[in-house]
Amino acid sequence: MAIKQISVFLENRPGTLQNMTKEIADAKIDLRALSVAETKDFGIVRMIVNDVYETATVLKDAGYICSMTPVVAVQIPDVVGGLNKVLSALNEVSVNVEYMYASLAGKATGCAYMILRVEEVEKAEVALRGKGFTLASQEAISEM
Amino acid sequence: MERYYQQDMECASRETMIAVQNEKLLKQVRHVWENVPYIRAKMEEKGVTPDDIKSIDDLHKLPMLSKADLRDAYPYGLLGCDLKKCVRIHSTSGTTGKRVVAFYTAEDIELWNQCCARALVAAGATDEDVCQVSYGYGLFTGGAGLDGGSHKVGCLTVPASSGNTDRQIMFIQDLNATILCCTPSYAAYLSERMKEMGLGPDDIPLKAGIFGAEAWSEEMRQDIQNTLGIKAFDIYGLTELSGPGVSFECSDQSGMHINEDHFYPEIIDPDTGEVLPEGCEGELVFTSLDKEAFPLLRYRTRDICVLSREKCSCGRTLIKMKKPKGRSDDMLIIRGVNVFPSQIETVLLNHGYAANYQILVGRVNNTDTLEVLVEMTPEMFTDNLGEISKRQKDLVDGMKSMLGIKAKVTLVAPKTITRSEGKAVRVIDNRKI
Repeated sequence: MAIKQISVFLENRPGTLQNMTKEIADAKIDLRALSVAETKDFGIVRMIVNDVYETATVLKDAGYICSMTPVVAVQIPDVVGGLNKVLSALNEVSVNVEYMYASLAGKATGCAYMILRVEEVEKAEVALRGKGFTLASQEAISEM
Repeated sequence: MERYYQQDMECASRETMIAVQNEKLLKQVRHVWENVPYIRAKMEEKGVTPDDIKSIDDLHKLPMLSKADLRDAYPYGLLGCDLKKCVRIHSTSGTTGKRVVAFYTAEDIELWNQCCARALVAAGATDEDVCQVSYGYGLFTGGAGLDGGSHKVGCLTVPASSGNTDRQIMFIQDLNATILCCTPSYAAYLSERMKEMGLGPDDIPLKAGIFGAEAWSEEMRQDIQNTLGIKAFDIYGLTELSGPGVSFECSDQSGMHINEDHFYPEIIDPDTGEVLPEGCEGELVFTSLDKEAFPLLRYRTRDICVLSREKCSCGRTLIKMKKPKGRSDDMLIIRGVNVFPSQIETVLLNHGYAANYQILVGRVNNTDTLEVLVEMTPEMFTDNLGEISKRQKDLVDGMKSMLGIKAKVTLVAPKTITRSEGKAVRVIDNRKI
């Protein structure tokens, strides 16, 4: 059920992020979510896109270094305490969240998605489903 | 079985070699005395005449020549014969100051080609091989030298010259090139490009490579051997002496045999000029024993290395030189510490990075700064920021223990460091002193 995230290596200087988003825009790829983790001289851009393989091909052809990482996309109701319920479900089974970021892809339907990177993907999925959460599949993300 | 191009000289007894060297030296000193006023003046200044040179043992009495002499004497000052007798010039890559121009008679070129042929045969070349020469052709000696050697051996020679990498790979595949001659950095670039094209060692017919004209580490050799699926041989030379083929590696891959019947080597203390005994590390000095048009006596190469007469498994008796640590020109002095780019390369390869790097030296508040730009590779990339930073820190620690000083390591995007098709530009020194 895990979905694939694209991670890209970028230098931390003006223009590098836009150069990459231009490649993606030119290839008519739709971004569902994006986050940037940075150090002083480089960063990793993490993205959820409508077409993972097309994105990887476009970026590799353009000379970028990227990799795919399995992440969990969990639907959360856009209400106070929504995220807390997700995290407590994971806490109960001692799953550590390495990082996470939000996707507003489903905003129209009144809910948002959190993209979670965890070490034990399956364990996290079981725990979340057990608490009644909806997890987005790769297809669902593509069609959003 | 080991094959030789000129077994009589390559495997000569010590007595034979000394006799050849003595005879050639006496003749050469007289030739220089009579034809090169620039060197004659230096000899007179030292109070030496050809009569004082009775054998190789008297070599130390002669004055030495440095790159500065070559610049002073530019262009004709060291010419050893009538220009009419010369048929070719070559010129150094000249990154600093005036270029050095060296002259060749037809016989000089013949002997040089023979030296390169020895190198090719030592690398396994026969007349059944296809030898792709991807050194630059032109003023640079790389292309012409190996081209000439390849003809001597009878290889089908592909004078690809440098550049147009995709076409190089196409030729290697379509023409079944078995031997590749180029700079090590270009060989690394070729293998990188092949990988991008989805080609592995089994997709190309290459079996050996002869790589020289720049310093490269043992780790880089392993890397090239693995990625191209070949045996990689080192070759050494200087335009001032002829070009590649002054010394070459054999199947033992443990240093380069000097063609000492043509180029007599000495190791000196670079500070005092004193000749050091065999086995000591110092600056390599060469005397051209039989070049007519550009007969240099005791030319200081600025290369730091060690000579050895230890018996070689290949059967050659030619003296061996260890791979130079790098030209003393390449050596950087950073915060008072000697740093060779090849040391940095070693650390990178040991830590899983490719040999694509650039060294930036600067000065802030009167203190030298050392920064190494390292290209990220797909193998070293991970989604985990902490892991990348940890590997970066391992690299910094590795450099600290190798160099003794701290270097800043900056990870940069792939292909951001300019690929050279000739000699790699490894160092950018921005210090204004």
